[in-house]
Amino acid sequence: MRNPLSETIVNIKPSGIRKFFDIASEMKDVISLGVGEPDFDTPWHIRDEGIYSLEKGRTFYTSNSGLLELREEICRYLKRKCDLDYDARKQVIITVGGSEAIDIAMRAMIDPGDEVLIPQPSYVSYEPCAILAGAKPVIIELKNENEFRLTKQELLDRISDKTKILVMPFPNNPTGGIMTREDLEDIAKVCVEKDIFVLSDEIYSELTYLGDHVSIASLPGMQERTILINGFSKGFAMTGWRLGYACGPKEIIEQMTKIHQFCIMCAPTTSQYAAIEALKNGDKDAAMMRESYNQRRRFLMNAFKEMGLPCFEPYGAFYVFPCIKEFGMTSEEFAFALLDAEKLAVVPGSAFGDSGEGFIRISYAYSLDKLKTAVGRLGHYIEGLRNKVER
Amino acid sequence: MREKILNYIEKNSRVELSELAVLLGTTEAEITKELADMESEGIICGYHTLIDWDKVTTDRVNALIEVRVTPQRGHGFDDIAERIYKYPEVNATYLISGGYDLLVSLEGKTLKEVSSFVSQKLSTLENVISTTTHFVLKKYKDHGTILNGETTDERMIMTP
Repeated sequence: MRNPLSETIVNIKPSGIRKFFDIASEMKDVISLGVGEPDFDTPWHIRDEGIYSLEKGRTFYTSNSGLLELREEICRYLKRKCDLDYDARKQVIITVGGSEAIDIAMRAMIDPGDEVLIPQPSYVSYEPCAILAGAKPVIIELKNENEFRLTKQELLDRISDKTKILVMPFPNNPTGGIMTREDLEDIAKVCVEKDIFVLSDEIYSELTYLGDHVSIASLPGMQERTILINGFSKGFAMTGWRLGYACGPKEIIEQMTKIHQFCIMCAPTTSQYAAIEALKNGDKDAAMMRESYNQRRRFLMNAFKEMGLPCFEPYGAFYVFPCIKEFGMTSEEFAFALLDAEKLAVVPGSAFGDSGEGFIRISYAYSLDKLKTAVGRLGHYIEGLRNKVER
Repeated sequence: MREKILNYIEKNSRVELSELAVLLGTTEAEITKELADMESEGIICGYHTLIDWDKVTTDRVNALIEVRVTPQRGHGFDDIAERIYKYPEVNATYLISGGYDLLVSLEGKTLKEVSSFVSQKLSTLENVISTTTHFVLKKYKDHGTILNGETTDERMIMTP
């Protein structure tokens, strides 16, 4: 029999999280700080709209691009939050989570051999999506000393004449790093000058703790070369609803809609109705969750300081990214040993790219009580390691 | 800062001040000062405990009593409200818009205590026109807390 598999897909390595997941989920009494989704339930009024839409029998396909009313609400939201103007009819597409938007944006813009710049550590799907679209992924290794921001020089060093897209994963998973307006301005200038498109994944835009989020699309000359990706999962605690969106130049959105139409048809109808409610009346929920995350973020930073664990102060998403290099283990070794010794699950930084080596991702999408227990276990483990070294 | 402190301690007044200072990104001295100021300004009126008494004893009942009264010239409802809320068995008294005037809440009394309060004290007050007593059959949620609400973390143990 012939090999049934595609060489391209076989050569993509599976997510580094998988083996931890398998081991941790078999263990009892594990406390996990490894989750990449909010601990809040979707606010009740949003769930109620979803239920209502089902009761009303709104169980049919929507248009490929998604409900026009939802696209209009998204435009109002982006105007309100980022001072961006998009045409709801031609510049917005509703997708199955931000993930689908990443995939179809790459496929709509890539020809074989094009290069996609991917800053890492970052979310696990940019590189596979770029490869599947036929691109050559080019990794930019972000640095701890820059608080994992992308600098102009790092960008310039990686640009070639084949560079087509720069992925901008900020606020960042797994580091919690953000880009301020000034940081973005440096990057935007290079993109305009070198004629590079930007895929800006702003799924954590609601979760910033140092002033409001700034979208790179709102900077001069950038809207026409940026695909802005966002969604409802993180800001509105709607991960399981699988709903995201992309906004951008109408020529790109038109081609993305074509792929979406053939592969997906349309995003879930129930979720779309619920999302309208989230955008209309959800600002206060987002603010409440943001404040709660911020408190936990401060709690963890203080706890790390007390146990002497080096960690830059992150101002976005719900992750902290402490450095564990002093213990002379790889991230994976550290994470496995921590799981084994203390039944505490964290994600090794290396799961998000080679430049995450020497770090662990700790999620604070957990109640303060849980974080306290977890920090106790982490502190106990680290103390043990240090004592061993001293002896 | 005040509102942040209030929002937090409204749900958890037992938090250590040093911890609250970390959570809100300020100093313990600042928290201590704000709390003292808000206490003396009457913004913070007490620190109570939310108890599900049904789990402790079965013979306590809670009642909500609608009271219609004749307001008095020059004093409106305040005097009559005062005469009612001064009874120690009264837990809360509100002036209400709509079909009646005062809502009086009695908590943790026996059935007999409630009935004797209504029939002998409340109804006999001058200016009280009528009363309607509602007994609480079950408390689902109180002070923003769902009683008997169980929460389990249904998320997968690890996700990217």
